[in-house]
Amino acid sequence: MRIKCRRLVGGYAEGYSLVSPEPISFFGGVDPSTGLVIDRLNPIRGESISGRILVFPGGKGSTVGSYILYRLAKHGLAPKAMICLEADPVVAVGAVLAGIPLLDKPEYYIFKTGMYLRVYGDEGLVEIVS
Amino acid sequence: MYLSSYEERILKGEYGYAKQKAMEILVALGDLYGAEKLIPISSAQIAGVSYTSIGDEGLEWLESLMDGQVEVLSTLNPAGMDLDRWRDMGIPIDYASKQIRIIEAYSRLGALPVCTCTPYLSGNLPTYGCHIAWAESSAVVFANSVLKAKTNREGGPSALAAAIVGRTPLYGLHLDENRISNVSIRIEIDLTDTWEYSVLGFWIGRTLKMDDVPFIEGLKTYDTDRFKAIGASMASISSMSIFNADVLGDSRPESCEKLSFDRSILMDTIETLPDTSMDKGCVDIVCLGCPHLSLWELKVIANLLRGRRVRKDVNLWLFTSRAVYSVAEKCGIVSEIESVGGKVYRDACPALAPLSSIGYKVMVTDSLKMWFYGRHLAGLETIFSPTIDCIYVASR
Repeated sequence: MRIKCRRLVGGYAEGYSLVSPEPISFFGGVDPSTGLVIDRLNPIRGESISGRILVFPGGKGSTVGSYILYRLAKHGLAPKAMICLEADPVVAVGAVLAGIPLLDKPEYYIFKTGMYLRVYGDEGLVEIVS
Repeated sequence: MYLSSYEERILKGEYGYAKQKAMEILVALGDLYGAEKLIPISSAQIAGVSYTSIGDEGLEWLESLMDGQVEVLSTLNPAGMDLDRWRDMGIPIDYASKQIRIIEAYSRLGALPVCTCTPYLSGNLPTYGCHIAWAESSAVVFANSVLKAKTNREGGPSALAAAIVGRTPLYGLHLDENRISNVSIRIEIDLTDTWEYSVLGFWIGRTLKMDDVPFIEGLKTYDTDRFKAIGASMASISSMSIFNADVLGDSRPESCEKLSFDRSILMDTIETLPDTSMDKGCVDIVCLGCPHLSLWELKVIANLLRGRRVRKDVNLWLFTSRAVYSVAEKCGIVSEIESVGGKVYRDACPALAPLSSIGYKVMVTDSLKMWFYGRHLAGLETIFSPTIDCIYVASR
């Protein structure tokens, strides 16, 4: 199944999804040296965002979050792509700094953790493979 | 968002890595906010300067942009220390060396190492109606409201990106229809001290919704410092970035929600702040200069200190920009303050300085913005008090 989204940062990625039910503050919510979610209030606390297609409602919190995404990418710990219900400037700028595809406003928000996704950043499309 | 052929070429990398990355940021934000196109800007104010706020990851990012140059007048937000007198502030050397590397990275990009939250008092003064890309929320409010320049509230990377490209996406407060007031606030009290203006701004920020544009009616002041105080506290507690006012030449909106601000609201607002009473025994630092002190504010403080001496167990730290400092020094104001034990620091924001790791615990300030960030960023106990009381706690 292919889902149309809004393209914010281009590029291609494929991999397994990790869905966060809560908005993410990358500053204080994700450990930049491990890629693990450390936000106590997020049910996916303890999961690694590294190498996953990270699906979440949007960003929140400090603008320093953009730099955290950059640092994760430098250490090979960033998500492969990000899909938001509605992105915010911290996440959008962070995706550019980190060089990872970012889409938002999907036609259908039906993602579950563990789906295999192909993200076509330039076309604004996500394919659910399995 | 529409891009010209020149902008397209920047995006493809024909003008180097830094410009390409900067353009990618502007395009992502332009698409996010539904901007129609990019517009030229006449100046930038760049946040993300203190080592406390950007850390090693921000420094790495800046150092990756070394083939870039800013296209417009660009000034910087405050650092975590006075760039010359950091030893005197007790800043550890490893912090200082990182902080200096950050300033060097910005300088190589062509930004002026004027580190201040009051760029408009320090050589970056936009004119009426021009488009700018400013971060630093208090300066954003001042620029939009008092100077009538047009800026959104930029973050560090987006202001830097706009500076490097010389353009910003056309959305938000760059569009006149988003600058029209929808709520009027009638001031039914004679506000005297600057700290009362700080309370007014705080109350507006707390009471109104984030996309409201207030019209302030009945202010009896034309004083730059007081507008500076309103904007700083308003923006510290909300994302509001503009107010209009009759004394600033704005016309009253025809129909809108009406509120009033009177003495009881002023007192209630102060009473709801925790820890505004002073136990002089435990205060270890008094910080004034949020936003950075103007020449006149420094002069008033020097006058208040006449015939007094700063107590041995309390530090009195005043913060201003390098530009204002130079003039104050020539006028003899700095030596007047320092001869009785006060310190005048440049470039720095105490809320971003590593004060709690140096060992400070309780700060008194006359700024609600400093009060707010001192608690939330610097991890200090903070007490909000009128300027004169701050001076009297620190000296005898």
